[in-house]
Amino acid sequence: MKIERLIKMANDIGQFFNAESDKDIAAEGVRNHIERSWDPRMRRELILYGQQDGAALIDIVKVAVSRLDPV
Amino acid sequence: MSMNKPQDFGTPASEASQLVTLEIDGFKVTVPAGTSIMRAAASIGIDIPKLCATDSIEPFGSCRLCVVQIEGGRGMPASCTTPAAEGLKVVTQNQKLADVRRGVMELYISDHPLDCLTCSANGDCELQDMAGAVGLREVRYNPVETHLHAAKDESNPYFSFDPSKCIVCSRCVRACEETQGTFALTIDGRGFDSKVSPGQNQPFMDSECVSCGACVQACPTATLMEKSVIDHGQPEHSIVTTCAYCGVGCSFRAEMKGEQVIRMVPNKDGHANHGHSCVKGRFAFGYATHKDRITKPMIRASIKDAWQEVSWEEAINHAASELKRIQTKYGKDAIGGITSSRCTNEEVFIMQKLIRAGFGNNNVDTCARVCHSPTGYGLKQTFGESSGTQNFDSVMHADVILIIGANPTDGHPVFASQMKKRLRQGAKLIIVDPRQIDLVKSAHIQADYHLKLRPSTNVALINALAHVIVTENLLDDAFVNERCDVASFQKWKTFIAQDIHSPEASEAITGVPAAELRAAALLYATANNAAIYYGLGVTEHSQGSTMVIGIANLAMATGNLGRDGVGVNPLRGQNNVQGSCDMGSFPHEFPGYRHVSDPSTHQLFEHAWKTELSAEPGLRIPNMFDAAMDSSFMGLYCEGEDIAQSDPDIQHVHAALRKMECVIVQDIFLNETAKFAHVFLPGASFLEKNGTFTNAERRISPVRKVMSPLAGYQDWEVTQMLSNAMGYPMNYSHPSEIMAEIASLTPAFAGVSYEKIDELGSVQWPCYDEESTGTPIMHEQAFMRDNGKGLFMLTEFVATTEKVNGKFPLILTTGRILSQYNVGAQTRRTENNVWHAEDRLEIHPHDAEDRGLKTDDWVGIKSRAGETVLRALISERVQPGVVYTTFHFPESGANVITTDNSDWATNCPEYKVTAVQVMKVSQPSEWQNNYQAFSEDQLELLAQSAGND
Repeated sequence: MKIERLIKMANDIGQFFNAESDKDIAAEGVRNHIERSWDPRMRRELILYGQQDGAALIDIVKVAVSRLDPV
Repeated sequence: MSMNKPQDFGTPASEASQLVTLEIDGFKVTVPAGTSIMRAAASIGIDIPKLCATDSIEPFGSCRLCVVQIEGGRGMPASCTTPAAEGLKVVTQNQKLADVRRGVMELYISDHPLDCLTCSANGDCELQDMAGAVGLREVRYNPVETHLHAAKDESNPYFSFDPSKCIVCSRCVRACEETQGTFALTIDGRGFDSKVSPGQNQPFMDSECVSCGACVQACPTATLMEKSVIDHGQPEHSIVTTCAYCGVGCSFRAEMKGEQVIRMVPNKDGHANHGHSCVKGRFAFGYATHKDRITKPMIRASIKDAWQEVSWEEAINHAASELKRIQTKYGKDAIGGITSSRCTNEEVFIMQKLIRAGFGNNNVDTCARVCHSPTGYGLKQTFGESSGTQNFDSVMHADVILIIGANPTDGHPVFASQMKKRLRQGAKLIIVDPRQIDLVKSAHIQADYHLKLRPSTNVALINALAHVIVTENLLDDAFVNERCDVASFQKWKTFIAQDIHSPEASEAITGVPAAELRAAALLYATANNAAIYYGLGVTEHSQGSTMVIGIANLAMATGNLGRDGVGVNPLRGQNNVQGSCDMGSFPHEFPGYRHVSDPSTHQLFEHAWKTELSAEPGLRIPNMFDAAMDSSFMGLYCEGEDIAQSDPDIQHVHAALRKMECVIVQDIFLNETAKFAHVFLPGASFLEKNGTFTNAERRISPVRKVMSPLAGYQDWEVTQMLSNAMGYPMNYSHPSEIMAEIASLTPAFAGVSYEKIDELGSVQWPCYDEESTGTPIMHEQAFMRDNGKGLFMLTEFVATTEKVNGKFPLILTTGRILSQYNVGAQTRRTENNVWHAEDRLEIHPHDAEDRGLKTDDWVGIKSRAGETVLRALISERVQPGVVYTTFHFPESGANVITTDNSDWATNCPEYKVTAVQVMKVSQPSEWQNNYQAFSEDQLELLAQSAGND
């Protein structure tokens, strides 16, 4: 899948949870949302991107992606 | 079988709790105070003759046929307008009354054609019945002047108006006012010249008439008569079933002659519609037997090949072998399925069962993905359940109605009529919509506030409303403290009180004047009962889920939940959006909205279905297209849904479908998606199958087979055959067995059964056990979350990335129209096209003038995703900077323009916001030319198949 699309989707999720002032809680919200609603192949590609680069991810999404269970 | 016509009590029921006892013809009867004498008599089997009275409208007292005598009273009062009172002694039959009635009938009949034997109403005419009831044997008058030669109005495609048969009882006029709320009819003239007049003495089609059929239903003669009855004669039996159009889910009696539907008559006992209907449900059923129906299974190797008609066995085996081949080649997760809100609950349930248990993955999704998936998410998070909170009747207790991003008179017309009734009684109205919908100002309706916001700014607006409520101390503290998660409330309160959420700060974003917004917030928050109704104008945004959460926050903060007259009410677009979601057609949830990874649920389904199930979420619809493009999703089973027309960024969808190696379409027509298919499994219309639909108020209603499936099988049978061919056995012999399985596996459906639905007419879930009759109002004592408390969530406004600029300076938003339905596959194959034969682009006069456009000009609409061409309609309904179109015709290519932007939580597409440029053009777009050629080729390939037969 196009990584640009997955990055946009992940950052969109991040922007919702960013309203939370405790960024640890916010990142956990993102992780939980992706874990529970994304197909494994999508998570796999996002995890790989997070590990290799991750520059286009907003901060709490970077943290969230690093916390995703390996697929 | 018989017609099973419901009894007409003459006047509506009284809702009073106080009872009165009276005597009618020597029989004692006890009724609620306010009940008419006519109704009281009818309740004990005494039928007082009547013509101008019927129990769907208020009594009028004009025909004088229902006169009675009351002991100690003067004269002969009309029993329809005289309320029952304690101790009354009423006589309904004596010589004096008989003489009066016979005299009245004699006058009526003196100006009525005596063509009973050839009249279309023969056998179903109240005038004829009353002539018999009063014993009319002769007409002494020989009038010089009559109405017998008045010209017929045949302008409406579905019903005829023959004024020569009219008795001017005003039932049609009153039905148009009271039941429908359109006020299209009036009585023109006085005395002998009195006549029913649509609009200003216009033909029906030129008047404001919306063709709901209420007047036809109310007419006691053959003056207003369905053309189908005129053509085919009176029906001989009827079966109660549920409409297959919008989420109101109206109950109908399909009136039949053998296996032919003669007419669809709204069911007076229908709990969602109370005997009312709209032009679609009432009249637009002809698509079911349209010549375009495909009734034989077909296969082909490539979409460039002609279709080959084959036996069911061959088609099913071929489909199964292709799906298995793809799994072998690309992996278990390379196939999946899409269900539809046009499918019954039972069909959706076994479809997702086939995918989860037979395909071995969770790649199942439904068209709710592209409409109300944010509702499912937002309400589950805040209230604990993915559904609206009220029944429709609740609106009759609302003091303030807040409509956000919905157009009920077009999208949910029967409920809109009920809402209009409440508004005419005095409820206040706030509308949040970028466009001037009919409810902003129509007959006897005027919105108190129309917050005409810029598209895409919903969340800023709901935050500003909440800001006023918090900072002006309009909160319902008692409700919040008792019913909600207080910690989340405190956090939300601090968040929303920030100045950035004030109406003054948000005005720059929304375009809504701060003072107006403050006044609207005050009105909502200070009402005894305030109810929110919303539609796709809320959900189909990049922040659709955030907005749903914002709505839930607002209702909780003001205590507008858990009783009649309040609540959060998503108006579902299609008939079974709620049901298809309930049945587990989302890729991350089993039936009942339980996550696929939840250990106890997972175990429950593995045990029941006797196979291993995946605990991983599957692909959503847009993810399926993306996965197809990188060859990880190559086989699709699509039932009842037309993704090639309805989904956004359609060129991407078409490319994905072309990439797949096996697309199986199960539908009643060769829809747009089927043009990309390799296997076509002919489906059954709602008239050809048994099952249930669940409407927007969680009401599970019966769908009953009134004719044999044209292709031989009901859809659930086809899915079952495919499952068996895939190696996962299913052996249901009737959909009631599927419902029994649903009930056994889903707590909220545990008490639902076909027996109960038949007994009660319908059941609203949750229905937890055998004793329960369902739940009209949710969250009365506690919310459905684990701790029973409503959760407040933070709703930061995040501007969409779909922005206007110099190149794309206008915002396109989309919607629907009354006469057409969704992708139009059904309604385009009916006479409804006379109202709307093409999609138009509405553009404000200022924007039109800038571009030198006038109505009917061809205009090119170009976005970042694509370009299409429509004809322009200059209209002040849209604001400057905003253009609007419907999406009912595939050739319009509305979704060529829409983008892949979507809701952050659910991927629901942002249909409502597309930056575009509009310019005058002289020819169709390149896409339209290409698509027309492709479409013609596909129809030719279909014709070759028919030729081979």
